[in-house]
Amino acid sequence: MTDKLGIVVNASLEKGVEVRLDAPVSVEDMVVGRYVTIEGQKRRFFGMITDVRLGVTDESLSISPPDVSDPFIADVLNGTSNFGQIHVTPMLTIGGDADAIAEGPQPVKTIPAHYCAVNLATEADIENVFGKEDKQRFFVGNPLDMETKLCLNLEEFVKRSNGIFGKSGTGKTFLTRILLIGILQKSKAVNLIFDMHSEYGWKGTHEGGAPVKGLKQLFPSNVAVFTLDEESSRRRKVATDYVVKIGLNEITPEDVSILRSTLNLTDLAVEAAYQLRKVLGKDWLNKVLNLGEEELEDLLKASNIHEGSLQSLKRGLGTIGRLGFVVPEAKDDAVKNILDYLQQGRNVVLEFGRYQEIAAYLLVANLLSRRIYSSYQRKMEEAIAADSDALKPRPLVITIEEAHKFLNPEVADKTIFGTIAREMRKYNVSLLVIDQRPSGINEEVMSQLGTKITCLLDNERDIDAVLSGVSGKNELKSVLARLAPKQQALIFGHAVPMPVAFQPREYGSAASYKDFTSSSPSSPEKPPEDIEKLWE
Amino acid sequence: MSTKQNKIAEVIEASTAQFTAQCYELYEVPSLGALVRTGDIYGIVAHAETTGMEPGRKPIARGKDAATEEAVYKDSPQLKKLLRSEFTAAVVGYRKEGKIHQYLPPQPAKIHAFVYLCPPEEVDEFSKSFTFLNILINSAFSVPAEEVIASSLRQMSHVREDSRSFLVSAGKELANLLASNIARVRNILEKLKID
Repeated sequence: MTDKLGIVVNASLEKGVEVRLDAPVSVEDMVVGRYVTIEGQKRRFFGMITDVRLGVTDESLSISPPDVSDPFIADVLNGTSNFGQIHVTPMLTIGGDADAIAEGPQPVKTIPAHYCAVNLATEADIENVFGKEDKQRFFVGNPLDMETKLCLNLEEFVKRSNGIFGKSGTGKTFLTRILLIGILQKSKAVNLIFDMHSEYGWKGTHEGGAPVKGLKQLFPSNVAVFTLDEESSRRRKVATDYVVKIGLNEITPEDVSILRSTLNLTDLAVEAAYQLRKVLGKDWLNKVLNLGEEELEDLLKASNIHEGSLQSLKRGLGTIGRLGFVVPEAKDDAVKNILDYLQQGRNVVLEFGRYQEIAAYLLVANLLSRRIYSSYQRKMEEAIAADSDALKPRPLVITIEEAHKFLNPEVADKTIFGTIAREMRKYNVSLLVIDQRPSGINEEVMSQLGTKITCLLDNERDIDAVLSGVSGKNELKSVLARLAPKQQALIFGHAVPMPVAFQPREYGSAASYKDFTSSSPSSPEKPPEDIEKLWE
Repeated sequence: MSTKQNKIAEVIEASTAQFTAQCYELYEVPSLGALVRTGDIYGIVAHAETTGMEPGRKPIARGKDAATEEAVYKDSPQLKKLLRSEFTAAVVGYRKEGKIHQYLPPQPAKIHAFVYLCPPEEVDEFSKSFTFLNILINSAFSVPAEEVIASSLRQMSHVREDSRSFLVSAGKELANLLASNIARVRNILEKLKID
């Protein structure tokens, strides 16, 4: 197949470019999502195929088709009266004069002239647009049907909060692992991962395959595994660094309020929690849970809490109290510990073990993140006051799963994650949200996500939520809807110059582990030698 | 071009777009669609007829007692003088300063100019471009233009080594010229089919 595809026959900045295919190019070779370059008169355009069509010069050909069983007739009509058309959405302009080349790819602001040649993008073009693997750029996968490496500038990536979306079983977890490794290797940021299903730290599951290695196995010196469930970790033979306990005295009414719908509390019951905190002080939760009959009556008398609300609250708090990792008073400060690790540049994975209920996840993630965030905020303000970059804490990326539970419109204002998503990188903390129901996430939060990566979604509302506010939404919709159900994703937003559908790089084979660990020039420490054995 | 070519006819009527020539020999008419030349002007045979010398006077049937058709002519040798074959060629181009241009010449052919049948090399040279097809498409002859075009392309293809690819390119040119009237294209293509 030649690389020249055809010529521009029609274009509009809003609707994209119509390309008539040359006769030798088969319309069946044209795939939605592939890259093309358009050789304009003054500049080159870089775009993506977003539609493929058949065209005829005379409508009567569709009404009474010619006898194409005769190869002669078929040859004559092919490419003249019958032709293929592709619809290209121009994304960037590359090249042109010397200044333009120096500036790099720019968003497209004009359209190519009539009859400009359209070619398949070469590897060099794609490399020009997405960059080469280097100190900041991390190889995340290959654009669909291409050998070229798609590299993501992770230094840029972690400057904003980001999202990974996709239906269950589409490869979100694998993609997340790849990105976490990228962040670990290519940026100054550290990760804090709330690992609900214990997939990231030591070992992850692989549908229809052997378990895959987690971060700690690959980067033992850079990753620490914290656990809420020591027993489960031990059973799974995970070398944990720290067991997290949450003291009842650390839980505030705000934490309770975001659990409102999960614990099935009434509004009045949540209100009661605030009042109890006021009346009973810091240790309110412990006291409420251990109240005797008499004390309870006294308390009701002293405050104006309705008995029904208090019972409802007590029932809900009982659920929290029964969680194994909740103790009346935690001996040491889990938050301080996490922060210490993070400041040393070690990534922290917090495993939930058997506590996979959403209440535990919400409670712990929110509680820890809130305190970590406020510590970051304090340090950042000190650094700004001292006007010293050195004092600024390391950028932190907090990874949360089931993000719609934290960021749904009802609780997004109350949880710390809503604040982090909105205030972005002011305090060097950003989010990596992973979710399968993006439509459940507050619109305002969605709009603040810098880069979005989405695997296949087939719910109309989810697709709309993910693509809201993106230019060329309808074209991307058709690309998104046609992603393979597994291991294909669409990335767009801050960290990439243009949307691109790609196949994530391999994760799970011995060779892939070696690639990950060997391509870490910026890794502060070399992995110990015994890791060699793990590749066997 | 070679001057050794045999002249076959003489122009007896000429206009910008076409010329009519009378053949020197009865019935020795070039085939429909053949490329002919008179002076520097090229034409494609678009119509031919054999009639009596005197207009308005039809020949009469003579063969009732003859054994064969040839015998009719043998018995009446004057017939060869009383009948004449003529053909009309559509002007499709001319040669100027050694180069063939496929558009109408500034002046029509001259009366009594000799008409030559183009040899294969000349046909080959002429058929390197398909611009002449447009002239034929837009001409009105008593023979349908589709017939003339098909016949002419078939003959041109015979002088080509790869006659199929010649016909495919010609077909593509026609499909582009007649983009809005695909029925005409199909009509011609049917007549170009290679057996």
